[in-house]
Amino acid sequence: MNYFKIIFFFFILLNSNELKADNEDLKNQITKNLRCLICQGQSVYDSDSEFANSLKVTVEEKLNDGFSEEQIYLFLKDKYGQWILYDPELNINTYILWLLPILLFLIGGAIIFKSFIFTKK
Amino acid sequence: MRSKFFLFIIILIFIIIFLIFYKGLTNYSIYTPKINIENDIPVFSANIFDSDLQVSSKELFDPKKSYLLNIWSSWCVPCRDEHALLMDLSKDEKVNLIGLNYKDRLNNAKNYLNELGNPYSKILVDETGTIAIEWGAFGVPETFLIYENKVIKKYIGPLNQQFLIEIKSLIK
Repeated sequence: MNYFKIIFFFFILLNSNELKADNEDLKNQITKNLRCLICQGQSVYDSDSEFANSLKVTVEEKLNDGFSEEQIYLFLKDKYGQWILYDPELNINTYILWLLPILLFLIGGAIIFKSFIFTKK
Repeated sequence: MRSKFFLFIIILIFIIIFLIFYKGLTNYSIYTPKINIENDIPVFSANIFDSDLQVSSKELFDPKKSYLLNIWSSWCVPCRDEHALLMDLSKDEKVNLIGLNYKDRLNNAKNYLNELGNPYSKILVDETGTIAIEWGAFGVPETFLIYENKVIKKYIGPLNQQFLIEIKSLIK
């Protein structure tokens, strides 16, 4: 019976650890996509500033409160604006950012394609 | 004809790149928060300084009064600079000063207040910095002017004489 108890105890222990690790992964994923506002060129995940550490705690608390990743982004966007997110959404201000690579790809492709046809002739 | 066309394209691309970089020179890439905002005050609950009591934001803010929420800490040097102004402002009965003690040790904070005086009618404690994030703050000191449960103005960094005059004219 005692063995059974010990096994049961470890089963619970390992399970709860796994649950925590899951949250930890999600927390890391979210904080990697957040810009640290007071330290240039670093994500919140990389930074050890007061602000970044608080933000890590906030993200953890929100996850424990049952917030989804999307909801946390929305919450922070509401507080700090678009700038805090590394992954900008497609809107009037960012459409050049999103469309320029595609445009350049198409133009480059067109140039290569044209030069091939010219050299064949 | 073809080479002229290419020359034209190259010059065009050069001009475009030049314009982008030239604009980028004056572009300020450091986070600059919006100052004139009319956001609702956040919902939170916090411990009251030097006690076991908890208070929620709803109990704390009366919609008919104006409040000045000041984020401070004993380790923050600019907070010392603005403290005299806060003491001055605390004499004004039209505004309630609320302090938010940011990531501080209780003893250090007490010493700070003993040394410089306590301008706040209430002090909340923010040990982890999460309440400051609810307010959209990213450092100390920051000051929020609240009227009718709305943040009408936000001051980043220490207050100065000019801000003080502005606050006094706003709360009239």
